[in-house]
Amino acid sequence: MSLKGENISFGYKKNNLILNNVSISLDRGDVLGLIGDSGSGKSTLCKILAGYENNYQGKVSIDGKEVPKKGYNPVQLVFQHPEKSVNPKWKMKDILNEGSNISQDILDSFGIKKNWFNRWPNELSGGELQRFSLARALGPETRYLIADEITTMLDAITQAQIWNMVLDIVKERNIGVLVVSHEKNLIEKICHKVVYFKDINNVKHY
Amino acid sequence: MGNKTEINAKGKEKAEALLNVEDLSLSFIQYTSGLRQTELKVISNLSIQANRGEILAVVGSSGSGKSLLTHAILGILPSNAKLDGKIEYDGQVLTQKDKEDLRGKEIALVPQSVTYLDPLMKVSNQVIGAVEKGKEDLMKKLQREIFQQYNLKPEVERMYPHELSGGMARRVLVSTAVMSPAKLIIVDEPTPGLDEKTLNETLSYLKDMANKGSAVMLITHDIEAALKISDKIAVFYAGTVLEVANVEDFKNDGENLRHPYTQALWNALPQNKFQAIEGHQPMQDEVVDGCVFYERCYKKNELCSKGIPQIKKINGGVVRCNNVS
Repeated sequence: MSLKGENISFGYKKNNLILNNVSISLDRGDVLGLIGDSGSGKSTLCKILAGYENNYQGKVSIDGKEVPKKGYNPVQLVFQHPEKSVNPKWKMKDILNEGSNISQDILDSFGIKKNWFNRWPNELSGGELQRFSLARALGPETRYLIADEITTMLDAITQAQIWNMVLDIVKERNIGVLVVSHEKNLIEKICHKVVYFKDINNVKHY
Repeated sequence: MGNKTEINAKGKEKAEALLNVEDLSLSFIQYTSGLRQTELKVISNLSIQANRGEILAVVGSSGSGKSLLTHAILGILPSNAKLDGKIEYDGQVLTQKDKEDLRGKEIALVPQSVTYLDPLMKVSNQVIGAVEKGKEDLMKKLQREIFQQYNLKPEVERMYPHELSGGMARRVLVSTAVMSPAKLIIVDEPTPGLDEKTLNETLSYLKDMANKGSAVMLITHDIEAALKISDKIAVFYAGTVLEVANVEDFKNDGENLRHPYTQALWNALPQNKFQAIEGHQPMQDEVVDGCVFYERCYKKNELCSKGIPQIKKINGGVVRCNNVS
């Protein structure tokens, strides 16, 4: 049971590939770290794995099957800036239940309080918004979570709070996590395995 | 620490403090419904000093008031802001007019991201900025030298902000500050999203500026990066400074740190205990009577919920806590 990207190539312009023949595999229940230089295409790879980009070469498969074209995607991506991934004109409860109904267990484990539900996104701090983003991404059908620098903008205490919660949940539900980060110390602390992006991507950068 | 060294350190501080912020408070006047107004307090009783030739790191989570402090120093607050307290530069109290005269010349800001640049203007022109007639060639030459020194290829000169990668953007932004011989350089969140190599490079540029005699104020939430290069660390929380510590105080289990929040911050780092304390920073509209950290503190007692603790000087640092001695 794994999320696989096989021989993926992608470029925004012709003759200028960002990803060249990249293969990556993430098993259920695994926490895999991905380290790479800024601007090297890590986030692009994350988007492809989570189904945000279509115009690529290669193959993405989930547990041996193709990515479903309709309905809930079992691969969920969480971004670096939570304030940019929520609709500023929706209240928090609508944002939270955008994709599926989020269970009370998840809310409890993220420490999301009921009285935050009627707030607007700009009335919560970055750390609180990121908890909503993660809770939203951990719907009942989620099998894989891609965490693209999810705590980079947060202070150390909030970072530890969030990761401790996420790690508990993914362990309990046997979810595979891809952790993209520049912080070696964080990756060493939470990941079972580490992949260096330059080792899997065959593109030279300036 | 002996008495003598303490006195020496104090004398040195007086002589070298380029920027002295004393008892600064900042609030925003907001309309709630109709013509009713409320005052939202975002910074309260804040004091810090930045010394020549030193790097002062200002560490705190988002919403703690770090960026607003810079805006207050540069005089770029919106018109509904109400500022109290004193900001001294080189021994002189700054008025709004002084701030306008000094910024961009003696006081420089390295902004957080390329969104602060003009998206329709080539980066080289923005780095050079407004120059006097007759000096254009000289400045162009200087800009090329700086770009070369920062490993920016000649073609970067002609690029627009959106064409830069994260690391390149950071180097361009830093070069804006190096161009002008600023004495006080405020660097806002230079580290997020940088890989290790670019991060260390960026930090070394800042160290360079301090070594050349400038006072550098490094605003960041990344305590690790701050520890690599700073001389002093001011810890911000909910609009005030809870502690100013020396870099050497951050070691082992943080037993030399003075404030429980600083200790919690240190112990939350992944290479330390990765331990998180509960709760969150009070929101700006929550009114807190006592210590701003009261809710989350393990040392709290009755006194802490009544009135803001006084500033104390301990072991060459400063702390705002009732329970240290």
